[in-house]
Amino acid sequence: MKRRIPLLITFFVGILVILSEFIPHKPFGLLTSGLEDWFMIIAGFAIILGNLNLLKMNAIKIKHKQENWQYYVVAVSSFAIMILAGFLWGTKDQAGLLGQGEAVATFIGSKPFDWLFNNAYEHLAATMFSILAFFIASAAYRSFVGRSPESYLLLIAAILVMLGNTGFGSIFSHISAFIMKYPNTGGQRAIIICAGLGVIGSSLRIITGIERSYLGGE
Amino acid sequence: MKKIETTRWLLYVLIFLSVLLPLIFQINLPITETKVARGVYNLIEDANENANVIISFDYDPSSKPELQPMAVSVIRHCLRRNYNMIFTALWPMGVQMASGAVETVRKDNPHLEYGTQYVNLGYKAGGMVTLQKMGKDLRDVFPADMSGTSIDSLALLDGINSLNDIDFIISLSAGVPGIKEWIMVGHDKYGRSVAGGTTAVTAPNILPYVNDQNQLSGLLGGLKAAAEYEKMTGASGTATAGMDAQSIAHLVIIIFVILGNVRYHINKKRGEE
Repeated sequence: MKRRIPLLITFFVGILVILSEFIPHKPFGLLTSGLEDWFMIIAGFAIILGNLNLLKMNAIKIKHKQENWQYYVVAVSSFAIMILAGFLWGTKDQAGLLGQGEAVATFIGSKPFDWLFNNAYEHLAATMFSILAFFIASAAYRSFVGRSPESYLLLIAAILVMLGNTGFGSIFSHISAFIMKYPNTGGQRAIIICAGLGVIGSSLRIITGIERSYLGGE
Repeated sequence: MKKIETTRWLLYVLIFLSVLLPLIFQINLPITETKVARGVYNLIEDANENANVIISFDYDPSSKPELQPMAVSVIRHCLRRNYNMIFTALWPMGVQMASGAVETVRKDNPHLEYGTQYVNLGYKAGGMVTLQKMGKDLRDVFPADMSGTSIDSLALLDGINSLNDIDFIISLSAGVPGIKEWIMVGHDKYGRSVAGGTTAVTAPNILPYVNDQNQLSGLLGGLKAAAEYEKMTGASGTATAGMDAQSIAHLVIIIFVILGNVRYHINKKRGEE
């Protein structure tokens, strides 16, 4: 019973959503509209669940003093500070529990949440992404080597596309556009079509109850 | 081992300098227009007067250097054409990105008015399902804007009830959910024109949608395309300034890739001998 009921719900909901795509009349439209509302509510709660899970996982690591546990303390503290700042003084035009926080905003230039977001988080996130450039450059030097005709083809294509993304002449830009438009698009379309067929197959397996791993176990 | 470490550090220093120096001393390398980037410009330029446009901020600060210049240019262009701009976000931090872009545009358009020229509906969880719901009833998904003001009181949204009332959609996207979802729902299901911008890394995955069916009217892929768009709109910004740095950094990487290949083949030859 514990398994049969979720399987039946999945089957009916799956069939209902598929049918509603082909029969745009009552009651299908109404039913799928209700399901969309449910999904959006569940997605909202998933964010809360994700946050609680983050707190729990970090707390366990701190409790057991796992390797580099100090970093988890920083993560939890930052999490708490951002939540507190948002709850107490709000963000942008939205008021928090203590109102708009004009006094604090006058002192630091903006609301605490916005100030932290603009002056700390934005720069930290951009920095993390930018550091990739150094690793990619280092990895390209060590590994991007022509060992076979195929790897030479990849190497030459990559160099031409990289040059196409520079300002060193329109010829590279046109060659790069050609590579992206024809060989790249051809390959990508093959991947997209295969992935689409895979999604249809997986969906049918879930709807018909063959694939049950989402219930846990098996 | 020590030699490899030294080479790595030399590469890091050169990459750092190749990004830093062109930002300080501008070279102004030429920027060549591409057809896919022109498609975005044409979509915005050729729309009817007072068109309703959704600009979706589907990215976070990590992609800001590439996508924010596009956002600023697109807003400026829509403003010049007197369109009604509706901002939304499929990523939670897209809301802040939209606010930041508006603040940048406001510097040279101090009279930019909320509620009549643009509105910010904020973020809603749910990705593609949210878009499907917006297609049927936008007011049901967003009963209020990001500040909590009822959208019934916003003049700009008068007569806009679903995606059918939108002329075109611009998605600035760094991943999922993003531009692909807007194509599937906005264009494929509701027949709205869709265009947008992505990071350079994502662009090859999205490019197949720029096709004869016009699933995507145009695409701005990465900083170079952002600089192209700035050139088309005649307002150079951070993308144009960053192009010199990107060009030199790419050149340094290419030189090191060639050196890496030379080193590999010399070592291979020595091994054979």
